Amino acid sequence: MKLNEKTEQQKKRKRIVVKEEVCIGCKLCEVWCTVEHSPVKDILKAYKRQKHERPLPKLKVQVQKPLTFAVQCRHCDEPDCQYSCITGALYIDEKDGTIRHDPDKCIGCWTCILACTRGAIQRDERTKRIASKCDFCPGRETPVCVEKCPNEAMVIVEE
Amino acid sequence: MEKYKYVIIGNSAAAVGAIEGIRVNDRDGSILSISEEPRWAYSRPLISYYLNDEAVEKRMGFRGEAFYHGKKVDCLLGIKVITADLSARTLKLSNKESVGYEKLLIAVGGKPIVPEIKGSNKAGVMTFTTYADAQKLRKGITSRKNRRVVILGGGLIGLKAAEGLIEAGVKVTIVELAKHCLAPVLDETSARMVEKVFVDKGCNLYLGRTIKEIKGKNKVIGVALDDGTNLSADFVILAIGVRPRLELFEKSKELKTNRGVVVDKHLKTSVENVYAAGDVAEVYDFVIDGYRPVLIWPNAYYGGKVAGINMSGGDKEYTWATGMNAADFFGLATVSAGMIRVPENNPQEYEVITHHVPEKQVYKKFILKNGIVTGMIIINEIEPSGVILGLMRDKMDLSAVKDKLVLSDFGLAYLPEEVRKAKVNKQ
Repeated sequence: MKLNEKTEQQKKRKRIVVKEEVCIGCKLCEVWCTVEHSPVKDILKAYKRQKHERPLPKLKVQVQKPLTFAVQCRHCDEPDCQYSCITGALYIDEKDGTIRHDPDKCIGCWTCILACTRGAIQRDERTKRIASKCDFCPGRETPVCVEKCPNEAMVIVEE
Repeated sequence: MEKYKYVIIGNSAAAVGAIEGIRVNDRDGSILSISEEPRWAYSRPLISYYLNDEAVEKRMGFRGEAFYHGKKVDCLLGIKVITADLSARTLKLSNKESVGYEKLLIAVGGKPIVPEIKGSNKAGVMTFTTYADAQKLRKGITSRKNRRVVILGGGLIGLKAAEGLIEAGVKVTIVELAKHCLAPVLDETSARMVEKVFVDKGCNLYLGRTIKEIKGKNKVIGVALDDGTNLSADFVILAIGVRPRLELFEKSKELKTNRGVVVDKHLKTSVENVYAAGDVAEVYDFVIDGYRPVLIWPNAYYGGKVAGINMSGGDKEYTWATGMNAADFFGLATVSAGMIRVPENNPQEYEVITHHVPEKQVYKKFILKNGIVTGMIIINEIEPSGVILGLMRDKMDLSAVKDKLVLSDFGLAYLPEEVRKAKVNKQ
């Protein structure tokens, strides 16, 4: 029996792959992530809101000019964040194998930030303190960052 | 006598991880989990939040009945293992029954160190590691006004308890023997930053002191410190440390124990078919390249998972663990991993890089050996900490970028091309 055999969901899962060579650092991915996760998915309404009501972008563009590329949660097969979460707020979705975050269980201890070796998790301190990370846009066929990237610096790969 | 393929003594993080690990390879083998506490697995670190907010009870569950049912795991809740016969592979339980096993996981966890203090045998003196402790304390502090609590021990448990109590309006005093709090996880500079936050919130702090006597007739009314200082108290919390629970196996000739149950990189003990994981085990720590108890939740869960994978026929090494802690105290974010201070016996082999901006409450310290980070403390700009912990585990030589470690945006973009590409896209 192969150790750590991927579960059926993990094998079928779509993955985001980042291509730093074609990222132009425009950060539209961050803008669209914010819009997608706002209550009314309208770019003007999302950005007109007060800062504390505007969702944090769940991915972050790394910048070391001329190098730029986005980093979002990889929904790892061996998720260090989920291993480390002391409340169970980070859990593996049974249906699609993505790593989900329950804001009601989260206490903002930041253990997941210490655990994630890509730096894909951030602090959300707008009202109560909770962790913030990519949720793979549930309800969308393709995550909005991938769809809206003007230069295909993020692509979907199916195993 | 019932016999199970897998028996787990314990039902907290390591047990849950192990159940999930076993089921990766073995869908049907029978599993029994024996829990001394009469409840489903809960998140132990949340008990301090319960002190201030009763609603936390609803969020505290880590795995509920549905989990055990779905994974086909039998549970005995509120049952203790009285004796373990590792040759016969049987356990005698507190309900007078016995149970047999093919494979055993020792996941009994740790227990608080209870110091010998004159007068400690009184109502109101307690330790603080279980939900039952939190219920008792919360009842005590909500049933009267002007409550005063003295906490012996300024470590993680003591400070988180203090934080919960202060949020609940209680007058708290912390008495710590060392010259600063949080000695196992922070250095003096960073500890002082945390102490200041507590003092600013009205907490009293006595450093370099301990409790000599607990006063009162049948119930606590106060304490006397070793320098003669007298403090009033309604409750005294003893939080000077936790250590692996070994009482079940102290007399065992076969099971090797040291400070904890001795295991190898596969979490196997010295006894065939017996594994150990979680707070009770002395696991491999990659920073020290040696074995020691690592009493933190992530180690328990993931160690348990790897033990379960190996118990069910897998072959996975567990070399992931080291000390790693993250805690937020009243909004001050703190993380640390690996070495907290340079080892005393060979300090010249290590390089220390620090960055301190007091007015922003930012402090960072990195300890390096031959360019490899072996220790990290960060207060406030904690976002790079995960990337750096990953590089610590990789034992990557960061000499070329070591002066960038202190930057608030340090991350994958600072790494060489092959390394960052591999890291950013590893799924």
